[in-house]
Amino acid sequence: MQMDAPFWDKEVETAERSRLEQIQLQRLRTTVGWALQTPFYKRKLSQVGINSPDDVASLRDLQRIPFTTKDDLRQSFPKGLLAVDMREVIRIHSSSGTTGIPTVIYFTRDDVENWTDLLARSIVGTGATAEDVFQNMMTYGLFTGGLGLHYGAERVGMTVIPIGGGNTKRQIQTMKDFQTTVLHITPSYLLHIHSRLGEDGIDRKDLALRKAFVGAEPHSENTRRKLQDLLRIDAYNSYGLSELNGPGVAFECVCRKDMHVWEDAYIPEIIHPDTGEVLKEGQEGELVLTNLVRRAMPILRYRTRDLAFLHPEGCDCGRTHRRLSRILGRTDDMLIINGVNVFPSQIEEKIMKIPEVATNYQIHVDKKGALDRLTVKVEIYPKLFLGEVSKLESLRDKIREELQASITISPVVELHEPGSLPVFEGKAKRVVDERPKD
Amino acid sequence: MKITQISVFLENRQGRLYDVCSLLGNNNVNIRALTIAETESFGVLRIVVDKSELAIRLLRDNHFVANFTDVIAIEVPDKPGGLASILKVLAENDVNIEYMYGFVEKFSDKALLVMRFEDTDFAQQILAKHNVRVVAEKDIEGL
Repeated sequence: MQMDAPFWDKEVETAERSRLEQIQLQRLRTTVGWALQTPFYKRKLSQVGINSPDDVASLRDLQRIPFTTKDDLRQSFPKGLLAVDMREVIRIHSSSGTTGIPTVIYFTRDDVENWTDLLARSIVGTGATAEDVFQNMMTYGLFTGGLGLHYGAERVGMTVIPIGGGNTKRQIQTMKDFQTTVLHITPSYLLHIHSRLGEDGIDRKDLALRKAFVGAEPHSENTRRKLQDLLRIDAYNSYGLSELNGPGVAFECVCRKDMHVWEDAYIPEIIHPDTGEVLKEGQEGELVLTNLVRRAMPILRYRTRDLAFLHPEGCDCGRTHRRLSRILGRTDDMLIINGVNVFPSQIEEKIMKIPEVATNYQIHVDKKGALDRLTVKVEIYPKLFLGEVSKLESLRDKIREELQASITISPVVELHEPGSLPVFEGKAKRVVDERPKD
Repeated sequence: MKITQISVFLENRQGRLYDVCSLLGNNNVNIRALTIAETESFGVLRIVVDKSELAIRLLRDNHFVANFTDVIAIEVPDKPGGLASILKVLAENDVNIEYMYGFVEKFSDKALLVMRFEDTDFAQQILAKHNVRVVAEKDIEGL
């Protein structure tokens, strides 16, 4: 089967390493040129003696460039990394920051075009075609997961159902009504969907599902196997982050043996998270990405905080682009709750602004059925307790609404007595994650 | 004649109500009336005790979140329609009851009820005008 594996852009996808590196160097130089038009990179690059694209002579020069972090993006909010005039920008996406300031990403028309192409390439690489009916169950809006795949699927010519996230009954009904064949979904939501099959008289046999693109949440090989066995589908892992466009950074091909990083559009590096040293191929460390085809907002050596490793070149599908392992963990305390990135610092920032709440709190994550459940436990401030239940209930609702505004998901809020939650130094230990690690 | 109710915030934790009751019991505070308002994640215990000053000091010294609320205790004829006759008076005079609950025991042939009103003073006037007997704090202490 591998020999017949379909391609979107065969020449690029199977290009020899020397050709790929040639493309990378040329695009890196262009990208450095664009980056130098931003105050942020002008300063950062001049510190290491890079003042023009000509100062990048080989791909090895990439290692001279300092890393870019999420904090850099935050401090440059909103336009410090914008390399074009706003008139050139046709789209903005955004993701949560570690505090109240979000991360914003700009796209020119060409940027959207290139991103769309990478997703079309990713989709075709899984064996999906224009014959497929594609139910996009990721959240649309500022989150890149929804619109990214939407555009890619349309380009492939699939029949796209832009249903977005949530509303399980309607999702299942829609799968039946339109005989959906391909899903884009988080692994936990797919498990949840499975648990609800049969409820309205719609069983697996009534559905035409054959593939699912599962992303936005790290998951294990066991989880993939479980999804595939339970739903009798093929599940393809997907990786991306909004800072680097969103989905389409790396995607599994028909072989389903980890994800090809599109190396003509991104340069992946694996570094030691403490020393920053670039590690050898195959060693596990933090993934660092440089985008090569984003005009509006070039980002050089972005520290993803995701732990992974790169396989050596070569895949049965014939693609030369190296494969990225599953995400094995994080180097920071970011939580992924049903596909949504949540930083404990975002929660802390909100809680501390509410006067009725004392200073201690705890963040608790567990599973309710197949889905993640986030519980925020806060201690109430004794002097503000007047004995009324309704006041406490509205306090609880207010905390929930404030948090939802910041982290986009609605947590369970629990009120506790002062002194009842464990006291810790530092925020990391305030997080109790009881989700099973499989 | 208002009496003092003590409200105690209780988080949803096993044995928390026992902690309150044993603290009061060990210090010879007697609970005369009690109710719990519960939600899915916490509860508020409302009690009327014979020594409210002592009780609140004990609770706060032991790190409970507790506060006073003014309530009114009334006598209700202990027979069918007894409560209805009083509620009728209140309803006709637009007196809103936030919540109510019964005493553990009574000290005449009438039942004793704790009532919390939106406007305690106004409720008191209406009750007095219609000759509903309101119980005083010292009556509770003597119970």
